[in-house]
This record gives sequence, C-alpha cells and structure tokens, in this order.
Amino acid sequence: MSATVEFTIDGKEIPAQPGQTILEAAQQAGVYIPRLCWCKGLVPHGSCRVCTVLVNGRPQAACTQPVAPGVVVENNTEKVTALRRNIIEMLFVEGNHFCMFCEKSGNCELQALAYRFGITAPKYPYLFPQRDVDASHPDVLLDRNRCILCGRCVRASRDVDGKHVFDFVGRGPHKRIAVNAAARLAETDLKVADKAVEVCPVGAILKKRVGYAVPVGQRQYDQQPIGSDIEAAPAGGR
Amino acid sequence: MSASLEATTREVCAACGRDRTRLMDIVRTLQERLGYIGGDTAAALARELGIHRVEVESMVSFYAFLSHRPQGRIVIRLCNDYLDRMLGADEVAAAFEAELGIRFGQTTPDGAITLQHVPCIGMCDQGPAALVNDVVVTELSSDAARRIVRELRKHGDPARLVTRLGDGNNAHPLVRAMVNNNIRRRGPVIFSPMVRGEAIRKALAITPAEVIRAVKTARLRGRGGAGFPTGMKWEFARAAAGEPKYVVCNADEGEPGTFKDRVILTELPDRVFAGMTIAGYAIGAAEGVLYLRGEYAYLRKYLEDVLARRRADGLLGQQICGRSDFSFDIRIQMGAGAYVCGEETALLSSCEGLRGDPKNRPPFPAQKGLFGRPTVVNNVETLACVTKILEEGPATFCELGSQGSPGTKVLSISGDCRSPGVFEVPFGIKLSEVLALAGGEDALAVQVGGASGQMVAREEFDRTICYDDLATGGSIMVFGPDRNVLEIAESFLDFFIEESCGYCTPCRVGNVLLKERLHRINAGQGESADLDYLQDLAQTVKTMSRCGLGQTSANPVLTTLKNFRVTYNALVRKRTNGLVPAFDLAAAVGAAEALVGRKSEHAHA
Repeated sequence: MSATVEFTIDGKEIPAQPGQTILEAAQQAGVYIPRLCWCKGLVPHGSCRVCTVLVNGRPQAACTQPVAPGVVVENNTEKVTALRRNIIEMLFVEGNHFCMFCEKSGNCELQALAYRFGITAPKYPYLFPQRDVDASHPDVLLDRNRCILCGRCVRASRDVDGKHVFDFVGRGPHKRIAVNAAARLAETDLKVADKAVEVCPVGAILKKRVGYAVPVGQRQYDQQPIGSDIEAAPAGGR
Repeated sequence: MSASLEATTREVCAACGRDRTRLMDIVRTLQERLGYIGGDTAAALARELGIHRVEVESMVSFYAFLSHRPQGRIVIRLCNDYLDRMLGADEVAAAFEAELGIRFGQTTPDGAITLQHVPCIGMCDQGPAALVNDVVVTELSSDAARRIVRELRKHGDPARLVTRLGDGNNAHPLVRAMVNNNIRRRGPVIFSPMVRGEAIRKALAITPAEVIRAVKTARLRGRGGAGFPTGMKWEFARAAAGEPKYVVCNADEGEPGTFKDRVILTELPDRVFAGMTIAGYAIGAAEGVLYLRGEYAYLRKYLEDVLARRRADGLLGQQICGRSDFSFDIRIQMGAGAYVCGEETALLSSCEGLRGDPKNRPPFPAQKGLFGRPTVVNNVETLACVTKILEEGPATFCELGSQGSPGTKVLSISGDCRSPGVFEVPFGIKLSEVLALAGGEDALAVQVGGASGQMVAREEFDRTICYDDLATGGSIMVFGPDRNVLEIAESFLDFFIEESCGYCTPCRVGNVLLKERLHRINAGQGESADLDYLQDLAQTVKTMSRCGLGQTSANPVLTTLKNFRVTYNALVRKRTNGLVPAFDLAAAVGAAEALVGRKSEHAHA
C-alpha cells in the first residue's frame, strides 16, 4: 500500500491514501482524534462533532472530511480542545447521566472522554429531561436517559443487521430514538447478538444480566485513557 | 386496522408510483384525507412502500405541518414571530383561545379546530397573520380572530374567510388570497418589464458553456444569503460525472422577516421558471424541482398553471423552442414546515422523501446532490436574475450595484417603519438610505439578514448592503427606540431551538443553553460573568455546528454582545468579591423559611 497523500496534524507528517477520511488516516498513523458517533465498520455520521479539527483553519468533522494533500490540520491544540470539552459537557447536561450507578461505567466512551479531557463537573446547567426507559425486551434494555443520539444503533441495525430496529423521531431538543414497532422494543426483531446492541458507546442500550461480569476497576477505560491504544500503536501499523 | 385506511393508503401510494422518494407527497395527501398520520397509517404505508414503519414515523415527526396525532379538520396556525407580536399577535392569540375555549396545541372537544403557533410565515409586513389550513389571513385583530372562529363554526370553509383580495396576482382566480405584495420600489432587474421567452431563446442561441460564461461575467452571486458565485456552481455541476442532473429552485423562504420570494413568485413566476430552464440547459439537466415552503401552498395551483402555460407555449417540456436536443420540465415539491429545509442539503433530503436533515459535505450538491446526482440549488431571486442577465447581457447587469456585488437586491423590510414591504435596491446602498426609503429613520437597531443575521446599532447605519459588508438574503427588520434588543435576541433563540433538526450536538443543545442564560439576564438575574459564558458558548455553537443553521443561530447573541454591550452591562449584576454565585440562595431557602416561619440570617446577609 503506497501512500499518495501527505498532510500534517499538529505539525506531524501523516501519510494517507486518497479517499480516506482525516480520522482514518490519523488513526493509522497513531494519532488519536477524539470521537463519539464514529464507529469502526459503520458509515460516518458527523453528528457528535467531538472529532472536529481545524483544516487550514476551518472547522471540519474529521470523520467525514476526506484527506487532501498538504492540508494543515489542528487536532490537539488548546483552542480545539476547549471547543471539544464544551461539546462533551453539552452531552452530559442534555441527558440524565449518573456514572456512579451506571453499569456501563468504565466501559462508557462518554465517561472516558470526560476523564481524558479532565472534566470533573460540567459548567452548563443540567437540563434534566423527562425520558423513557424501555425494559420490555427479554435480553436488552433501552434507557433513553443515557442516549446521546449518536445514531450508531440506527446505522448498525440498518446497514449491518439489515433490520432497521431503530431510527430518530422528532427534531431539535425533542429528537429521540424510536423503535420499529407500535410501542416497545420487545415487539421488534432485535436480538441480543445484533451489532446494534454492541455499538452503543454509552449505557443507553444494555445487555441484560451481564452488567457486572467484569468488575468496576478492571474495565476498558479504568486502566488507561480512551485513545491510548491508538496512540500506542506504531505509526502505519494497525 | 380499518380496511378503508388500507385502501386509502394503497390508492395514494399507487398514485405516486409506490415510490419511497415521494413520501412527502404521499403523507401530505394522506393527511389531507385522513386528518393525521397515525401508527396504523405509518405501518400500512411502510408495507406499501417496502420500508419500515419507524422510517415513516421518523419522517413525519420531523415536519411541523405533519401530525401523528388526530387534529382538527381545520388547523389555525398563528404566526408568533417577534414582528407579528409587535403588531399585536399576543392579543390575537388570546382572542383565539378565548373564542375556541382551548389553549395553543389543543383541539376543540368536537374535533373541529386545532390551534397552533407557527414561526414566520412570510407575512411580516401585514401581520399579525395566520394560516387557516392553506388559507392566509393577514392584518388580524382580536375582533378578526373572534369573527374567524364564528365563521368557521358556521360554514367550516377556510376559503370563505377571504373577504377582500390582495393586490396584483394575489387576486388571480387561482390564488384568491388577501395577501398584499406591498412592492414599494421596483428596480431595473427583478421588477422590470420582461418579454416572455426572450431569455430562453437567447440562451439556446449560444452554447451551454457560453451561458455559464455570461453568468460568470455578470459575477452573479447567490441571493439566498450565502452568496456563492452562481456561474461557478453551474460549472461544477456541468463538469460533474453522473446522470441525470437536476436543477432545484429553493423557494423555502423561511428566514424570519423574509418575504420577497413570495412576491417574486406571485408576480414574476415566468422569470423564475425561465431561469431554471436556462440553468437546466447550462448544466445539462432535464428535470427541475421548485421546492415551495408549505406556508406558501396557497400559490401552488397558480404556479402549476403557469408551468402548464409554459409547456403549451413550448417554453417548457419536450423540445423547448423547437430544439430537438433540449427538453426540460419542472415539478413542484411542497415542504411541510421546517426552516432548516432552506439549507440546500436539507432541502435535498426533503425532496428525497426523508427527514429534512442536512447532509455531510463534501460531497457538495454540484457533485452529488438530489438522489446522489449533480444538482444545482439556487434561490428564487438568483434564478430571476439569470433571466435578466440572458435578456440584456452581463454588461448591463454589472453596471448596477457595487464592485464586489453587481446587480440589485430585493429586500423585505418590516417592523417599526412607515412603509413595510418589498424594495428592489442596488447593492452598495447604505443601511441609512434603506431606512429612509421605508420610513424607519428613528430605528434603535436593525436586524439585517433575518434571525441568523446581525443586530446592527445606530452607530453603524452608514454600513452598506452588499456581500462584503452587511450580507442579507433580504430580511431587514427595523426596531424602534422603545424596543428591547435582548428580548428580541431571546425570541430568535426560541425560534432556532424549535427549528434545529437536532442532528448535531452544538446546535441541538447549545441553543437551549444560550436561551437559558440570556433569559436569566433578561429576567434581571444575570451576573457579569454570564457575558463571558455566553460569548464562549455562542462561539462553540458557531464553530462546531454541522450546517448553516447552527453556524449562524448564535449570531443574535454574538452581535448583541458586540453592538449592544451597554444594554447587557446595565442588566447584569456586578460582583466585587470575585465570586460567581451558582444559584439564588435567598430563593432556594424560601420554602424552608416559610415552613419554619422565620427568615434565614445567612441567606439574607
């Protein structure tokens, strides 16, 4: 595989193939660009905006922006980090997130990002929305309180599982995840082994009865910050 | 499930070729026949179209004019934008509620009438205004509201509410609206005499590349607000691989305070359709779509008739002007109440029968637009300019306006001025001159460019209307000396909160947070530290949002912070101890104080 496009991220030369996104090329080169709605194997969504970088000074979502020769990308700078921190804080106050008794704690990408960015408490006021929990399914819990509207489940169910169990309804602050049924998740053809269940970055879609199979303290982000695996990989290796 | 619901759904889907991309037309028709799109209907539709019911529900739930709940046979939608409220919309609202015995958002117990609020319906120069189903009623008063309800109860026919007809083509038998054009100033480009068919004949006499060159020579830029060079857009679409190509006219005029496209479509539809046809010839498209906002549905029959006459005259359809190598036709796609669909990629999503979510860019519409094909999306006024450029040549066009902004601009002026209405002015005109034309010289502030534009203070009234200074899609809202600019800014945030598609985090959440803090300041609870908080938050929303809506929704805050800092400073409390209070301690202990029957010594220290 010969790299034909070169550009820089925070001054570092990044080799890339044409057609790659900035996020993919960065990841390949061992540069972590924080992200939430992006998920390997799914069509990029460009909705959470956490992966926003400055491309020649212009803000662009790294997960949807294709590489271009010679562009200067700012990723881990004070300015970009401050903007990303604000976005992460917005996601915390928008929903009802209670890490201390969420079984996803330690495996949650939102929580892990907050730790990586050093967020102890958001500066924005909590919005305390009224949201529904759907516990009807025998093996899967849907808790909209913890949903960040990243659309991973929508894309995974539609494009990988071939089912379209989930979609968004409403708009603006009224936007929420709906299921393909008259009322409840139990009426859909969702199975616990579906990709849609696996990809939720937060505690909105949970497998029942396995929440504490791995004890708190031994979970994915308990040991090292999110993104460390990408940064530890040798440049060019995957 | 009722057999008739199944049958109706099947019939409506069949009429649209069971085409999933026609979902907007299908649900609009079904709602007219069934009253609403309930769960059963969504399920039946999904079966007919081979999609999932949640996809139907997702789409229906996006648009304000579509309902998944039963609603009245008649829906009264009262415009509650700030301009209409300046003209008395709140009193009208109270009269509607009293006469109907219901609140906004409710339906009368007999299921006859639903009452709703709606953002700007493009009648700000003749407000307060409302839509009664598709019928526009203007210049409302509380008396008029009571009379409307009594009449609807009597005959149930919104069309009979039109007791006087407006000027110009508003009185046309296919329009019959009480809407007025209020054209106050006719300029040499848009509101000038035209010979029907001349521009198309001149375009067809030269090559498509030469047509594009003429538009580029005229240095025409988009009139919708963003100002992208039209000729360049066309060149990209012409060069892009993929067939068929499309021309889309953006008539989703939703920016609060803008109503000039309504007047252009009412008086000069031929000029717009000619522009679309010329664009089709230039980029190699055979199909055009006019995306008409749902609020302007009353113009639809009339515009369909104009299209039919153009077909009959050989100006549209097969072999235009006898040219065997050029066919082009136009269809009208109705919207259903979503401001964000004025954003060109959201508009394309809507044309595809989807939620009006903007698309990721790149690719741009010129490369991959409607159905993934090369598409140009131009504003109504831009396309009308094209017709003029082809009629008289680019040189004449360039003589008008300013160096960087050739031509004229049609402005919609409303608010505290003596002559609200539509004005065609040359680019480069000073804001003060515009105010003099409309009789708004004593303005305290002018909002240029709609809710997403800039709040300009008196000291800057010598700035000019053009792409390099005060850019505007046409909206000029004049606010007199007694108006409260921060209250106006807050009302704009209410608008953006409702109209955000909710796709990206900064716009979905950030606008709610901006509103919370600005409201706190307006209520006299603000601290000086809140101004830095607002600045940082607004900048985050502007920088991080995905589309033009979120990238501009914080402008009311950013421009008032810049231009009306004194107003903010007068409202916020200044702390000398350096502490930032997170909450109102006295209020927080109020309930406890009431319980024990004495005042807290600490809370009131």
